[in-house]
Parts: sequence; structure tokens; C-alpha cells
Amino acid sequence: MKIAICVKEVPDPTAEKRIDPGTNRLVRTGENTLNPYDRHAIEEAVRIKESGVETEISIVLVGPASAARTVDKALAQGGDRSVHLADDGLADSDILATSRALAALLERDAYDLVLFGQQASDAECYVMAAAVAERLDRPCVSQAASLTLDGSTLRVKRQVETGYDTVEMPLPAVVSVSDAINEPRYPSLPAIMGAKRKPHEVLSLADAGIDPDTVGGAGSRTTVRGLSKPAGRGASVRIEDDGTAAEKILAFLVENKVVV
Amino acid sequence: MAFDLTEEQDAIRAGVADLCKGFDGEYWRQLDRDQAYPEAFVSALTEGGWLGALVPEEYGGGGLTLADGSLILEEINHQGCNAGACHAQMYTMGTVLKHGSAAQKDRYLPAIASGALRLQAFGVTEPDAGSNTLALRTRADRQADGTWLVNGQKIWTSRFAHSDLMLLLARTGTPGEGQKRWWGLSTFLVDLREAGATIEARPIRTMMNHATVELFINDLVLPADALVGEEGLGFRYILDGMNAERILIAAECVGDGRWFVEKASAYATQREVFGRPIGANQGVQFPIARAHAAVEAADLMRRKAAALFDAGQPCGPEANMAKLLASEASWQAANACLDTHGGFGFAEEYDVERKFRETRLYMTAPVNNNLILAYLGQNVLDMPRSY
Ligand SMILES: Cc1cc2nc3c(=O)[nH]c(=O)nc-3n(C[C@H](O)[C@H](O)[C@H](O)COP(=O)(O)OP(=O)(O)OC[C@H]3O[C@@H](n4cnc5c(N)ncnc54)[C@H](O)[C@@H]3O)c2cc1C
Repeated sequence: MKIAICVKEVPDPTAEKRIDPGTNRLVRTGENTLNPYDRHAIEEAVRIKESGVETEISIVLVGPASAARTVDKALAQGGDRSVHLADDGLADSDILATSRALAALLERDAYDLVLFGQQASDAECYVMAAAVAERLDRPCVSQAASLTLDGSTLRVKRQVETGYDTVEMPLPAVVSVSDAINEPRYPSLPAIMGAKRKPHEVLSLADAGIDPDTVGGAGSRTTVRGLSKPAGRGASVRIEDDGTAAEKILAFLVENKVVV
Repeated sequence: MAFDLTEEQDAIRAGVADLCKGFDGEYWRQLDRDQAYPEAFVSALTEGGWLGALVPEEYGGGGLTLADGSLILEEINHQGCNAGACHAQMYTMGTVLKHGSAAQKDRYLPAIASGALRLQAFGVTEPDAGSNTLALRTRADRQADGTWLVNGQKIWTSRFAHSDLMLLLARTGTPGEGQKRWWGLSTFLVDLREAGATIEARPIRTMMNHATVELFINDLVLPADALVGEEGLGFRYILDGMNAERILIAAECVGDGRWFVEKASAYATQREVFGRPIGANQGVQFPIARAHAAVEAADLMRRKAAALFDAGQPCGPEANMAKLLASEASWQAANACLDTHGGFGFAEEYDVERKFRETRLYMTAPVNNNLILAYLGQNVLDMPRSY
């Protein structure tokens, strides 16, 4: 079984995000790290491997050469090898362009399963898995809360508002996992020290056979024209708990006809 | 000497930082209220192989140098956590590694590396033997069948209740004519799972959350092979291990110092009084800047000491100076941070008062800074003796 995990390097999610007012882009000059949501996808692949299915886990990343450390973090988390597309021509790629680059990388190897985290903590778009699946023409499920492998069929429990959907699909497939699917383990010291020694493939656009005009700024279809703060929330009521909070909340809900 | 962290060192630091993010201030505050042991935190470190970092790879450990291993403890404290709960698991095994028999090493080191056995209790100090270790009175007498009979009292035996093994220093003889005055103490590896009622432990409540006890040892029988190294040379073995301990403690202090400086500068930038950030006032800003300089300088000494240690060169003066300078720097930073926070520094939710209490220990233990100065004065600078 060959599993690919598409991972992203993001600004440290614990640091405050800043937008460069000149470019309307997120400032990425601070400390960067592995998108925390992707750790759930890697963990899930590791669990499949640990369940006894012979598995090779590939880490796939599109990002600058400096993202090599993030690649190693992902390998320490449980990857066996990495494919890193690093090319200056990728700068300014939007979802359309990045999904094109990722799809090209994924098409080079015949992966049975491609996993994504549910979202990137920087752009919060939630759509990359679907965009890549569309390009690869593969079935796609998002918000997976559990994965069960049955031969070449994948059963996915998917969290929805009213409960769970259970979806079955043939492999190869693309899945983005929810952050409730598992609790990723912390990489161990031996795993961190061993990450460097795992096979690393670093590719340019030419190596990957990607036409530079289809990625980067040239291949993108979106531009950020302006940014504004979301409108503030409507009037809210603050209830301090002096022992009567439960009653007050109930009264509020009844008054607003949420409960009757 | 290179000053930048290598890529591997950076990965170690980042790995520890990631782990620590799962144990936030509220986790530590709750433990502090209950004076409870950070079991989940220590287990996570153990499972990740972090506490076996200094055990050589042939015994299943991480095989790190002291310079690299010390980064683990530094980062733990830098993240607001407290390495004092488990640092001894990293280095107490050094005595077994350096002076133990092949059989002892094969039996214990792999289990210590994996964390299956915790060797993080170290019984040296006694009520009447603190700085003056040679005054200790706990006795181990060899019996006819080769076993040892131990009687005596220890105090400040930290993490005793969270250890499977304890390294014990006891008197097995007195120096005779022409023998060195330190002769006569021996080190033993005590299997606490077998000690039963012969060791009674009474917890000591301290100003910070630090699992430590007083021990009463009554007719504890140790097998012949509990002796580590040669009989009578225990004090030398303990001194041998001290350089590593000093360097690691210095690293923890550097981590604490960085936490205080970062916390203080962030607060000084954000808190406004009289319509401007308090950090604009030099009365607030300079103590933080000065503490920062002290922490960075102490870090250099700690790095020099670690480099000497890893190269197998004598490093006693540097290791001691590193511990002295780093514990003073972290205390300086702690005070700057507390002052910067004004009244809020005293509120537990800011974590400042907790870290303040925790870092203060390192001026006193594992060795008092006075004794370091006395060592420098008389052993490095050849001035008259006080000990
Ligand atoms: C929380 C905590 C945890 C500890 N954990 C352990 C542990 O796990 N295992 C263990 O064995 N010990 C442990 N200790 C003990 C610690 O190592 C001793 O407290 C320390 O070595 C000082 O000894 P003392 O307390 O007896 O002070 P004393 O030796 O009584 O000294 C008292 C004061 O006199 C000063 N003084 C003494 N002689 C001189 C001199 N010649 N010149 C100048 N000043 C001098 C000292 O510096 C100190 O300020 C711990 C202590 C604490 C507080």
C-alpha cells in the first residue's frame, strides 16, 4: 500500500498572524513549521501501517527550499520518504496552481491513498484535497473521522451535522481527515534523529515535468484585492457564574425560543 | 567553537518544544496546587526517548552528546515546563555507565534507556551532611554472606517515590593512615521495588512542587552486586558525575532565563500605564535587557563546558562556573519578570510566580553557589581553604 500525505509549511500557528499591507499576503518570515492538521493525516497513515498492512508513507510538499526542516518534521512524525517540489517559480501560487503542482507530483507515483489534513492553519481554505482529487479524477471524502481499509475498499466515517455518514469507495482515493480522527503522537528522539537519513527527493519544476506557466503567479487565477475585518458579532449577553448560571442560560434559551 | 545550533540540534529543540506545547500553564498550575507529580509529562518524555538521550546507542539510548542532551532540558524549561521532575533520569545512570560492571550495564542501561526502569533518585544528602558530603553517616556493612546491611538517614531524596532504582552513597569504611580523606564512601544501586519496609519515606513539602522526601533506612539488605565500582571510591564517582549534572542544570537555568525574558518583554510591550507601554520606561526595560545579557553569557559558559566535557577534557571549573552563572542569571531574569508584571506577577495564572519559585532552587541545589565560589577560590585560584 502506498500512501502519500500532502503537507504544508505554515507560519508558527501559536504566533500572531500578520498581513503585509503592501502585498495583502500573510507574513511568512517568522518561524515556520508543519501545518498541525497534517499531523493527523500522518498519524492515520502510521496507524494503517501499524495495523499490519505493508505500507510506504510518502511525504509530499510543495514549498520553498527552506521548508526542508518541515519535511524532516513530517518524516519524524512517521513518513518513510519525501518528495519536495522546491522551485522559485512556485511563488504566489493560489489553490488552483498549487493543486496542479501537487497533482503532478502525485501522478509520478501510483499511490493507493492520498491523505490531507482538514485545513491549513494559515489560509484555512479546507479545499485542497478536493481540488487535487478533481485533477486526479479520484473519489474524495473530506472530514474523515475514521478510516477502515478492507482490501481495496476504503470505508470512511465522515462527521456531519446530524451524525455520521459512512462512505465506501474504491482505492485509489483522496481523503482529508478531521482533527478528531486521532491524537497524533509526538515524534520521538530516535525518529527525529533518523529523519535526515530517510530518502529525500527534491525536485524542480523541470524535474517534475511541470510547465512553469501553469503554476506560481502565472498559473493562478485569484488575487487578493482587499482585506477587511469580519463584522462584529451581534449583541451578546455575558453570564457570570454566581451559582445561578444554568438557570440564566435556560431562561435565555427559552426566551429566544431555542428550547421550548 | 560554533555558535549556531546545528540542524540536528534545532530539530531536537523543536521536537521538545512540540511535546511541551501539550503541557500548558494550566497543567502545571494544577499540579502545583496539588503538589502532584507530572506523570503524564514524564511519560510522554520517556516514550519519546528523551530521557534516555544520554545512554549510548549500544544500550538502546539516544547516544547524544552532553551538548545536545542539555538542549532537551533547556527547551523544557524554556517552554514553561519543569525539567526538575525528571532530569535525574537523564544523568544518574552516568555512574553505572562509567563505573558499573558489564553485568550491571547490560542489566540496567537498556531498561533505563527505554524508561522501563526509572533511576532518578540519588541519595547523598543527610541531615548533617549537606555541602559537606564527607560527613555522611549512613553505613553499609558487608556481611559474612557478601550482602550489605544498610542503616542511616537521608534527606532531600528527590523523586524517590517515582523511581524504581536509587543510587545511594553510604560509608563502608574510614580512611586509614596515608589514605585520602574522601576514601571510605561507596555507591550502591538500590532496587526500591525490593526494599519494602526497610526504607521509610516521609514527604517534605517545599515552596515549589518538587517531589522530595526524607528517608529512614533500617536494616536494608543489598545483594553483593548492588555495589557500583570499587568499594571506598564512591565519593570520586559522585564527583565524576557532577560535571555533567552541573552542565545540565545550567542548561535548565538558561531555559528558565529565556522564558522569563520573553515573558517579561512581551508584557512590557503590551501593558500600558500612563498612556504608554511600560517597556518604554528604562526602569522596566533595562533590568530585562540586563537579565537577557546575563542569560546569554551564562549560555556561552555552559556551551564551553559541554564542549570540553564531550571532548573528554577536564571541565570542572567551566561546569561549575556555568551552573553558578546560569542560576544567577535565571534568578535575575525571574526578578525582572516579576517586577515587570507588577501585581499580576503574583497571580498564579501568569505562571511567573511558579517559575520564580522553581528556578530559585538552582542557586541552592544540587550544590550551593557558595560552595562553587569556594571551589573556584581554593581549587582554581589557590586561595586558603574553607572546606
Ligand atoms: C528541593 C531540593 C531537592 C534536593 N534534591 C536532592 C537529591 O535528590 N539528592 C540529594 O542528595 N540531595 C538533594 N538536595 C540537597 C542539596 O544538595 C543540599 O541542600 C545542598 O547541597 C546544600 O546542603 P545543605 O542544605 O545541607 O546546606 P548546608 O551545607 O547546611 O549549608 C548551609 C549554608 O551554609 C553555606 N556554607 C556551608 N559551608 C560553606 C563554606 N565552606 N563556605 C561558604 N558557605 C558555606 C552553604 O552554602 C549554605 O548557604 C536537595 C535540596 C533541595 C532543597
